[in-house]
Amino acid sequence: MTTRIEKRAAAVDGPPNLVDYEQARASFSWEASRHELDGLPDGGLNIAYEAVDRHVRSGHGSQTAVIWRGKAGARKEITYADLERLTNQLANVLASLGVEAGERVYSLAGRIPELYVCALGALKHRAIFCPLFSAFGPEPIAERLQLGEAKVLFTTERLYRRRVAQIRDRVPTLEHVIILPDPKPKAPKGTIDWNDAMGNASAEYRIAPTDPEMPALLHFTSGTTGTPKGALHVHEAVLTHYVTGKLALDLRPGDIYWCTADPGWVTGTSYGITAPLVNRVTMVVDEAEFDPQRWYGILEEERVQVWYTAPTAIRMLMRSGPELPRSRDLSNLRFMASVGEPLNPQAVVWGYEVFGKPFHDNWWQTETGGIMISNYASMDVKPGSMGKPMPGITAAIVREGDDGRLHAVDDPKKDGELALRPDWPSLFRGYWNNQDRYDACFRDGWYLTGDLARRDEEGYYWFVGRADDVIKSAGHLIGPFEVESVIMRHPAVAEVGVIGKPDPVAGTIIKAFVSLQPGRQWSAELQKELLGFGRKNLGTAAPREIDFTESLPKTRSGKIMRRLLKARELGLPEGDTSTLEGGSS
Amino acid sequence: MKRDEIRETLIACLSDVAPEIAEEEVEDDVDIRDELDLDSMDILRWVQGIHKALGVEIPEEDYGKMTSLGDAIDYVAGRI
Repeated sequence: MTTRIEKRAAAVDGPPNLVDYEQARASFSWEASRHELDGLPDGGLNIAYEAVDRHVRSGHGSQTAVIWRGKAGARKEITYADLERLTNQLANVLASLGVEAGERVYSLAGRIPELYVCALGALKHRAIFCPLFSAFGPEPIAERLQLGEAKVLFTTERLYRRRVAQIRDRVPTLEHVIILPDPKPKAPKGTIDWNDAMGNASAEYRIAPTDPEMPALLHFTSGTTGTPKGALHVHEAVLTHYVTGKLALDLRPGDIYWCTADPGWVTGTSYGITAPLVNRVTMVVDEAEFDPQRWYGILEEERVQVWYTAPTAIRMLMRSGPELPRSRDLSNLRFMASVGEPLNPQAVVWGYEVFGKPFHDNWWQTETGGIMISNYASMDVKPGSMGKPMPGITAAIVREGDDGRLHAVDDPKKDGELALRPDWPSLFRGYWNNQDRYDACFRDGWYLTGDLARRDEEGYYWFVGRADDVIKSAGHLIGPFEVESVIMRHPAVAEVGVIGKPDPVAGTIIKAFVSLQPGRQWSAELQKELLGFGRKNLGTAAPREIDFTESLPKTRSGKIMRRLLKARELGLPEGDTSTLEGGSS
Repeated sequence: MKRDEIRETLIACLSDVAPEIAEEEVEDDVDIRDELDLDSMDILRWVQGIHKALGVEIPEEDYGKMTSLGDAIDYVAGRI
């Protein structure tokens, strides 16, 4: 297996934005980069203005901002001028509904053009935008609407009928539901029709002064215990989006760029909306789900230059073979990147063999708001490594010393927790209504990521594992507790423990172990019933496998030992079980 | 194999992946990913199930030809 992919000066495409890593790091400052943004005419910094309006003002209104590919074959182009007008209208709709700055505006929709208008229009109006993943079931949706105290929800007729109507009375703060025109325009009772709302709205809107520290985006993420956490980001995050889009993804104005992530997850917002637009690229949005033929078709037909995707998708492309990409003209592709979970070395090398260039893995998380550690166009790739810290980012591997404080580890053979100096613009500013959990992320001057990693002698970082029990399935972070709480509601279930089980394609799948109420018998029928129950309530966060166990291993304090469940499932040594009840006999 | 039998087998394989569909009437001409909330991993497992039940090889590049149940039946019928 190749252990290093060397980069030579790429004469054909011109020099990348980041020509020399060490030099760029040494000369970088956030303050200097801030001058590459415009700022609001009336003062402050607003993500939507930097992403859309400023390009229209500087004469690029006729450039295509979004190329939308519909599921059923439609293709639509939206210019920066269109986007300015539509987001102005949307901001006016919110104003007419009485939405104030800082109130939460949610979306629950597939990748349709209106979703992007909602996001940017809400930011213009200085509301906090919170996107939900459209494959969530009613339970995760209800919980997130409640936690963030949603005031407005944009969704489709189909999703409203199937997922929202039944839980709406559990969200008393939710005053307005607006039905997007996909595919049926008919708004059910108690909702507002998009066309009615937008039709009456003016296309002129002046963005009020926006303090860079004003909250802008709320992204829910999962922890090991408790409810999902709403990570709050501010308008200043746009500076990180701009810089990382430029340096890590090598985005150049006018590029054709495709980020395959859904805006329901942070990648789909930071790099599927703001980073590309603030860098004035033309971004491709595909409404459909993954399909190899379709994807290669889009890369070829839209002449995609920069492509940002995820390990699960890359592994599925590998399965479909090298003939498909070789039958297409993919010569426009200049840079390919991947995020969501560590990209296995085989996939990096496969990319190199099939496309003539490697996938560039990078690392970040919901809380960091943007790419923190990355492989760059000009830097050699070591397959399996996440790369080196961005200019402007100080990273370290830390361990607790004998003095009880955290110390940076310099030994390339030792792993520890990946930590970052908390001083970049898109660092989250809080978990919604949960100061304690926020404070727990910081210690001795570091932001602690919860990921274990090591740094080799050349300064490349390598992912080792998670410090907690959260599950990364198909690149999406899922909290075992949230899944367990829902499965527990089934009348046959007494106890449940949820783990991540390695899977060749998804990386990890969710597996649940259940014990049953007295008098209930385990059977194939019950197993199917539980699988269906999970899928109906949790959607994409549901377990793919459910097995029976007589009793779940627990600590003396009654906590389910997920690690032990996992060790049993994988046939690994179970370690010290002395603190267990119902142990491992 | 008759069309009805293929249909029955495909639905059985589908309900192994997504047991909750037992409560729904699956129509032949709707996008099953949309109507039944299936993702690409579900489709992959469904196809693996069909292979096991009927011995039909379905290469990944053909998944796009199985958008609705009707399409999938046509596809499988042509390969048995």
